[in-house]
Amino acid sequence: MSVIEVEHLSKAYGSTVAVDDVSFSVQEGEIFGILGPNGAGKTTTVECMEGLRPQDSGSVRILGLDPHADRDQLTQVLGVQLQESALPDKLYVSEALDLYSSFYRNPVDWRALVKTLGLGTKTGTMFKKLSGGQKQRLSIALALVGNPKVAVLDELTTGLDPEARRDTWDLISGVRDRGVTIVLVTHFMEEAEHLCDRVALVDSGRIVALDTPAALAESINAGMTVRFLTPATFDPELLSALPDVTSVVRRGDTVTVTGNGNVLAAVTTVLARHEIEPRQLRVEQATLEDAFLTIVGRHGEHGNKEG
Amino acid sequence: MSAVTTASTTATTGPARAPSPLKQLVLTEAKLFVRDWIGPIWGMGLPLILLIVFGSIGALHKPTASLGGRPLMYLYVPVVIFLGAALICLIASSGTLASYRERGVLRRFGTTPAGATRLLSAQLIVNLAMVLIMAAVIVIVARLNYGVPLPTQFGGFILTLMLAVFALMGIGLCIASVAKTSRIAQGLGALCFYPMMFFSGLWLPIPQMSPLLQHISHATPLGAAVTAMADTLGGTFPPLLYLGILAGWAVASGLLARRMFRWD
Repeated sequence: MSVIEVEHLSKAYGSTVAVDDVSFSVQEGEIFGILGPNGAGKTTTVECMEGLRPQDSGSVRILGLDPHADRDQLTQVLGVQLQESALPDKLYVSEALDLYSSFYRNPVDWRALVKTLGLGTKTGTMFKKLSGGQKQRLSIALALVGNPKVAVLDELTTGLDPEARRDTWDLISGVRDRGVTIVLVTHFMEEAEHLCDRVALVDSGRIVALDTPAALAESINAGMTVRFLTPATFDPELLSALPDVTSVVRRGDTVTVTGNGNVLAAVTTVLARHEIEPRQLRVEQATLEDAFLTIVGRHGEHGNKEG
Repeated sequence: MSAVTTASTTATTGPARAPSPLKQLVLTEAKLFVRDWIGPIWGMGLPLILLIVFGSIGALHKPTASLGGRPLMYLYVPVVIFLGAALICLIASSGTLASYRERGVLRRFGTTPAGATRLLSAQLIVNLAMVLIMAAVIVIVARLNYGVPLPTQFGGFILTLMLAVFALMGIGLCIASVAKTSRIAQGLGALCFYPMMFFSGLWLPIPQMSPLLQHISHATPLGAAVTAMADTLGGTFPPLLYLGILAGWAVASGLLARRMFRWD
């Protein structure tokens, strides 16, 4: 079932087009990533979904609700984390959570939530005394305290250290497992790769690619690289003749073989046949980041030529 | 979605029945008002200190012909009350609201069921409550220490006070609309504060001003408010003209603020 339907969404600020005919849909229980360079229109897109900004044209439906016309119903089921939003300095963490809980018909127990987020000991602390990471985690807690069906999280883990980032990813996975549909705006490739079921790559206000992180990585055809150590007696010619292999480079004991998706099977079969045991065998694949740089880079060049 | 299904899921996860959003907002804003020293010290402490200062000036207790034989203290009681109200509504509140916008607090509220307008309502309610408390303290101290009668025309007293708070809040919201930061808001607030206090008769009581200045004073929110409230201390309902002027300021500034106010 489609929980979010965005159709032909466009938004311009004066003569600057921020969002240009963007369409996508998000299924129930999906983690949907919106990935793109700064100024690509990611935040404007989610602001139109949150009802913070009226779009120029196109439509947004979340659980069948219009962000403006059905604001009262939608805000009850939509959890939001904004990229830059603070609380009053002298508000205690527990007061902020009590306050936000009072807004929703069906809030979760925030004490359990802050414990999961590692803020359990900070409930008696004023907002201004929290570290950047703690403020970020509180803002995640406030997005989830209303027990939303859909959560839109903008720059989820910006400002968190690597460990807190991993914990937050686990928390978000857990929230999704409870059936919550999540839209994640991010510029962290690793985060999108780790969390997202599907990713929309956005550049200059347009979606330039939309697929699973793995499919996006594969789509750029960067192939696969196999690396291993082997004794000096090994003859690289054995591998370079294979149809799946595009190149073989030998440097000292290290052999690097690149080829298509079948290269690993082909290489290990040949090595086994010659009774050569590869040491420290490693396989490297194109990542979402490679895909991002390739696709967005290609799009950017194209755009420049036109402009 | 039916209320029944929502209620049944609440039982498993939700804490005990929470207060209504507005109630919780008012409670929170009241705590923040007290924690922010500007409101309590300037808005509530300064009027009391000034009352004691004016109360110690003997000349203000003598019957004054221009005030129908009443002493000038009758005027200084409302003057210090509206001085406190102006500090709370113009300077403290507009600064708070500008900082809420500056820091994205209003935007974040805009994405919740409570909405950012409810936050403004909570601010208004808290300011009104604080002004009422301060005014109560002032009239009681003025009665006990300086023999200024209590506002026996209680309805007129409350009405004047409320209309003045609405007018001041409207002007404060306009300031918060044009000011980009809370510092600028407080600066603009002060810029409005001094002339308004002059025309309220803080330095020169209105009856002792030249006829032209008196006319100007009566057209300003605080000049009208002080004149109206002084009557209620004598037990008379204030002239409708002054209440009308206050209501006019409240409506005009409210409409202007509604047009100008930006949430982000």
